[in-house]
Amino acid sequence: MTVIRKTLAQLALATAGALLATNAMAADISGAGATFPYPIYAKWADAYKTETNIGLNYQSIGSGGGIKQIKAKTVTFGASDKPLKPEELDEMGAIQWPMVMGGVVPVVNLPGIKPGEMKLDGKTLADIYLGKITKWNDKAIAKLNPDVKLPSTAILVAHRSDGSGTTFNFTYYLGAVSDGWRTKVGVDASVEWPVGIGGKGNEGVSATVTQTEGSIGYVEYAYALQNKMTYTDMINKDGKTVAPSAETFAAAAANADWSKTKNFYLILADQPGADSWPMTAATFIIMYKKPDNAADSLTALKFFDWSYKNGGKMAGELDYVPMPDSVVKLVEKAWVDNIKDGGKSIWN
Amino acid sequence: MNTAVTAVAGNPSPTLARHKLMESLLRILTRCAAITVLIMLSGVIISLIDGSLPALKAFGFSFFHTESWNPVTEKFGAAAPIYGTLVTSLIAMLIGFPISIGIAVFITELCPPKLKQPISTAIELLAGIPSIIYGIWGLFVLAPLLQKYVQPLLIKAFDGVPGLSTLFAGPPYGIGVLTAGLILSIMVLPFITSITRDVFETVPPMLKESAYGLGCTTWEVVRHVVLPFTKTGVIGGVMLGLGRALGETMAVTFVIGNAHRISHSLLAPGTTISASIANEFTEADGTLYTSSLIALGLILFIITFIVLGAARLMLLRMKQSEGR
Repeated sequence: MTVIRKTLAQLALATAGALLATNAMAADISGAGATFPYPIYAKWADAYKTETNIGLNYQSIGSGGGIKQIKAKTVTFGASDKPLKPEELDEMGAIQWPMVMGGVVPVVNLPGIKPGEMKLDGKTLADIYLGKITKWNDKAIAKLNPDVKLPSTAILVAHRSDGSGTTFNFTYYLGAVSDGWRTKVGVDASVEWPVGIGGKGNEGVSATVTQTEGSIGYVEYAYALQNKMTYTDMINKDGKTVAPSAETFAAAAANADWSKTKNFYLILADQPGADSWPMTAATFIIMYKKPDNAADSLTALKFFDWSYKNGGKMAGELDYVPMPDSVVKLVEKAWVDNIKDGGKSIWN
Repeated sequence: MNTAVTAVAGNPSPTLARHKLMESLLRILTRCAAITVLIMLSGVIISLIDGSLPALKAFGFSFFHTESWNPVTEKFGAAAPIYGTLVTSLIAMLIGFPISIGIAVFITELCPPKLKQPISTAIELLAGIPSIIYGIWGLFVLAPLLQKYVQPLLIKAFDGVPGLSTLFAGPPYGIGVLTAGLILSIMVLPFITSITRDVFETVPPMLKESAYGLGCTTWEVVRHVVLPFTKTGVIGGVMLGLGRALGETMAVTFVIGNAHRISHSLLAPGTTISASIANEFTEADGTLYTSSLIALGLILFIITFIVLGAARLMLLRMKQSEGR
């Protein structure tokens, strides 16, 4: 009996301790949104916690969900793969900035063809996804790949079925290079696909592509690498052939002119420059200009600043690309200019 | 004697008073529990209707028969998901029902006692597998098998047969409406089987023994004694299975191909109501988009309601015809 009583007392103590600990953790940064940057945010947060003892509570519920949550003010920051329009941000009284980058790559499943052996251009990719090009040995593809033996099989198109920032960046690129895509399908996190099969998440698309000969899909670069999928090279805006890599993503970001944008509203697809990967994508953080809780916002900004300064290597390990220093300077200036509490900048 | 009577009538003993209190407490508590269901149900209906009003106002009746689902131009129609939901559930029932009845008959009538427990346990375990596991298994195991072996066979076999050739047309993708139906048929199996088995066991042995005594075969006993005796329960099991098939989300999302299109071919990709909601709700921005998804939920609610209503009506008819 005494043993039981003792155990109970210990249990009660432990529970009380746990409760106290949760209270202490109330200083955690809270955020919600995009799933694409979740692995790197989690990694940064983990390293940041060991250093400062401040954790990050990030719900990766999707960009749309993140925007809804920040609008409802249930979180300190929202994260979205799709930048909000400056007007919408003004209406909310919020600002946004790019946090980290990645790239979208086309992946194919053709017998005997290895990663990087094939190349495509935007127009051809758009025509495949529009259903205009239906065979692999179509003239348009053959012209780009004179040295590749293309089969005469039908092309099976795979796309994301869930609303996704990846889809937004992919369709944005197709819209930028193809009038037909822009007028017929348009640009959004989910669209009305003219052809093809929808897979849920990167894993759904990659399963369809790896299981079906003659298929094409698009996934995030990190995902293609980790699953050893056959990605293709692309011909960029300058007419140069580029392979997807951290360098070509960084080139696209460096060639983009962030300083002229309002609220960093810039999509990195189809940027000029000989080395720019055409489907580069940044992911964004959204915060209020006049936060209800200035202390929470400052904690979050400190975390972002730390991640910019110390997170580059970790980002590289997970095949993400850190923002160039020039962009980081612009971002931190925007914090000083915009995020205020009682007329005084929170960040300085 | 006299004092004892007064004690009972006028001056109730503490035991009696406690029982009375317990009785009324039980009555109140159970009533509250029952009312909770009603409150929750009406809460769900009200919020579904309220949430879907913007979409229903914008599209009107055309929402139900428009195939297009375009988040960019914000033109939404529910025809493709409704079609997909009904067709996959139909396939599931066509395959799942006969197999379930077969299993139940085998277990109750023909099975050697040693096998009875293992089979029953296996079926219960089947019910315990989370639907996401079915989805992953369907995507990575079943779909490639279908794509490589089954679907090419189907396409070849029915090529040129009027009707069936359009039903099994097109390239074998592996995933599609048929695959979703197959996965669903496996998922409804344990529900229908365990209920039919339980009701089959309620058939009085005397009835069955008498039939056997008259020289009936097992088939005749099942057909003329067991099934007529248990049809209410069997229909209940079928409806439970159908309800599961209509609402199943995760497994279907993985294998149906998620295309907002109505195709004649069962091998083509399609979508269901719950799959569309699961796919798109998190990223749906704008009132009309969200509202259209909620309207899909309302439609699923109505379909389930109609199915249950039809089942009730059928049972009522049966009872009436029995009374004759």
